[in-house]
Amino acid sequence: MAAASQNSEGRPDAAAPAAIELRGISKAFGPVQANKNINLRVEKGTIHGIIGENGAGKSTLMSILYGFYKPDSGEIRVGGQPLTITDSQTAIRAGIGMVFQHFKLVQNFTVLENIILGAEDGPLLRPSLAKARGVLRQLAEEYQLNVDPDMTIEELSVGHQQRVEILKALYRQADILILDEPTGVLTPAEADHLFRILEGLRAEGKTIILITHKLREIMEITDNVSVMRRGEMVASVRTAETTPEELAELMVGRKVLLNVEKTPAQPGAAILEVRNLRLVDPDGVERLRGISLDIRAGEILGIAGVSGNGQTQLLELLGGYPEKGSKVSGSVRMNGQELDLTGRYSDAATRRARGIGHVPEDRQVEGLIMDFTAWENVAFGYHHAPEYNKGWLMDNAAIRADAEGKIERFDVRPPNANLAARNFSGGNQQKIVVAREIERNPDLLLIGQPTRGVDIGAIEFIHKRIVELRDAGKAVLLVSVELDEILSLSDRVAVMFDGRIMGERLPSQTTTGELGLLMAGITDTENAADNTGLPPDHKHVATLPGEQP
Amino acid sequence: MKLDVLKDALTPIIVLGICLIWALIDSSRAMQGMDSALRLMTPLLLACLAGLYSERAGVFDIGLEGKMLMAAFTAATVAALTNSAWLGLLAGIGGALTLSLIHGLASITFRGNQLISGVAINFLASGLTVLLGIKIFGLGGRTPSLQGSGRFQEITLPFADALSGVPVIGPIYAQLISGHSILVYVAVLCVPLTWWVLFRTRFGLRLRAVGENPASVDTAGVSVTRQRYVAVAICGVLCGIAGAYLATGLSAGFVKEMTAGRGFIALAALIFAKWRPWGALFATLLFGLLESIANQYPNLDLGFVTIPSMFMNALPYILTVIILAGFVGRAIPPRAGGEPYVKER
Repeated sequence: MAAASQNSEGRPDAAAPAAIELRGISKAFGPVQANKNINLRVEKGTIHGIIGENGAGKSTLMSILYGFYKPDSGEIRVGGQPLTITDSQTAIRAGIGMVFQHFKLVQNFTVLENIILGAEDGPLLRPSLAKARGVLRQLAEEYQLNVDPDMTIEELSVGHQQRVEILKALYRQADILILDEPTGVLTPAEADHLFRILEGLRAEGKTIILITHKLREIMEITDNVSVMRRGEMVASVRTAETTPEELAELMVGRKVLLNVEKTPAQPGAAILEVRNLRLVDPDGVERLRGISLDIRAGEILGIAGVSGNGQTQLLELLGGYPEKGSKVSGSVRMNGQELDLTGRYSDAATRRARGIGHVPEDRQVEGLIMDFTAWENVAFGYHHAPEYNKGWLMDNAAIRADAEGKIERFDVRPPNANLAARNFSGGNQQKIVVAREIERNPDLLLIGQPTRGVDIGAIEFIHKRIVELRDAGKAVLLVSVELDEILSLSDRVAVMFDGRIMGERLPSQTTTGELGLLMAGITDTENAADNTGLPPDHKHVATLPGEQP
Repeated sequence: MKLDVLKDALTPIIVLGICLIWALIDSSRAMQGMDSALRLMTPLLLACLAGLYSERAGVFDIGLEGKMLMAAFTAATVAALTNSAWLGLLAGIGGALTLSLIHGLASITFRGNQLISGVAINFLASGLTVLLGIKIFGLGGRTPSLQGSGRFQEITLPFADALSGVPVIGPIYAQLISGHSILVYVAVLCVPLTWWVLFRTRFGLRLRAVGENPASVDTAGVSVTRQRYVAVAICGVLCGIAGAYLATGLSAGFVKEMTAGRGFIALAALIFAKWRPWGALFATLLFGLLESIANQYPNLDLGFVTIPSMFMNALPYILTVIILAGFVGRAIPPRAGGEPYVKER
């Protein structure tokens, strides 16, 4: 994608060498192809956005650029010169600075100490500290990057810590600054300030690569944008020439429409009633901003959205294990009875006892213990069940028999209950988790990314089981970033953006385009008129100030 | 803030208080006892500083005991064979350094569990010293008694005699400060040196950073592995000096299990000192003083109650538990301590 020379702000013409050029970069971690044949051209003096969902391979690509990983193949050119980046030192010397999503700062060091770490001028600290103090004062004036150099990092707000990271890169005379999800931990005001800083840096001729999954940021600040999906670079376009909807579609991708055979839903009484649910994570970021929704017996509510907009937090909170240190408020009623959101009866075991089954988003971390056998994994979460116990001992024979039954009914291959979970393929691992949860016959099934990394055959199978559960009069809350999965499986679709429900639609009366808009945080108030056929309290069409691009 | 200063000054105040009270109650034995406290402090201080370097770099080391023991053995053996305390010292350093590098290999290169590696080193040292001792000297695990230049002799500091007539300062200088082996002075000088290295040099900055957040060092383009190995090696050298002092300064030869838990007391002192060099000095001085009191008064009669020496010997551990419970300010270990550094993924 060539940059146009007629653009404003002293943009270099297409003939000038790019600040960074990647040619055919590939990187695999074991069987997982994190980056596939990536080509990327970042022009000097621009802000270049790289957008994609979590796991699309953005961070891997940038880590390659910063010398953290070695690419399996491909070429990197910095300022037109080919460069083999073997370690971070090489990247730093080539003028590349990186601001990681999780800051790499020493908490109990002062700002100055963090700045000079690794860039000291000599064996003694005093001269380096004095020099850094001077440079810092200068940078603060130039770019509005004010930080007290003698404060320790733990005394600073997250926004200021990020400034220290930027200062670190600038102190090392970085010309190319990579920021990985920089606004994930910032308040809106801090994020705005960051963007002003980035604009200032661009005005000084620095090149900035902004990695994010937030469309608003891309539209607001970048000159060019590249979209990654499943390890591939699917598009590179001028930001001015694209729209959020187009980007959202590129990010999520369109797959062959999956056909799920199902009859119209026959919803009964409300199983789950969520009202004004809020969650502030330990970093102080509000992840859920007043979620209200109902799920009735015999229906599947699909939650669509670009990942990272609070879906994970919603599932974890309902499943009984929000991140430690989160602050939670609001109310959740299950079968008409209030669920504890805090305290000792808010744990996952209590949730299970109340009839909530949970297939977590990340089966390998939350769903299974990878080194334990399939039959042991089948008992987890339900190991107190009377049929698994004999007196105060576990009845391993009973568990094994039960597991073998589940393995047969769910067609887990190979059908060997003694195999460690690690040794099954992704799809079969997922079948083990789904079998465990669905065969408990829960009143409500929470299911996150049911078919992520699962082969087509297993997808169909899992979808069928979910529909069967619905037809048995149970409620299902389905969270998926696959729009097609949501559309084909759900009876109702709610779209989440930035911790809120942007709107609810019926799959038969909406389009991917409309959902894409909602996923990008854009609510058209006319469009949001009553076309869902739901009572008014089901609608949460929030238009946020400042969210409109 | 004021309270913090007071908390930091607590150990020196306690040490000074004990000394003063002792001098007032039983002045004749107090001088002798404090003199002995300094000697007993020396191996603790060296081992404590050794642990400080290692743990500040993020490598927990419960193998201090084993390294000291190994050093004591190699030092005594070489000193006995060559009749040179200095060659013994070198051998001691070599012995401890070898074990240090094993610990480094296990916990840095192979990312093993640091506690298990430390325990293994303690067992290895405990068994190997006795085995080799019997093989070499056939004295049931002991080395022959060292004499003359096989031991570090006490040195008299300049003006000790001239000043001894001056009231108060004179006796303190002549009897208490002067007249120790050179390794005692080396240990004490290591305290300001360590402080300077840690807080005033590039090396120290990186060492502390590696123990707090190795990723920050790695992303700055500095090798975490190298930094940790150097720290572990320094730990070995200091343990070596400590062990050599035990066998060729404090005693005259190696006896099996002669470290007698000093490595663990040094670890306790390290927590007591909150991983700070000056804190290490006062913590080990306090523990040395307690040991000396226990030696001087096997049954300390306070009039209303008699304190057995076992209690005095247990006091360092009791005090450490109190510190760990957070009564006297929090002792926060280096954040990355105990964890091998692995790049994400």
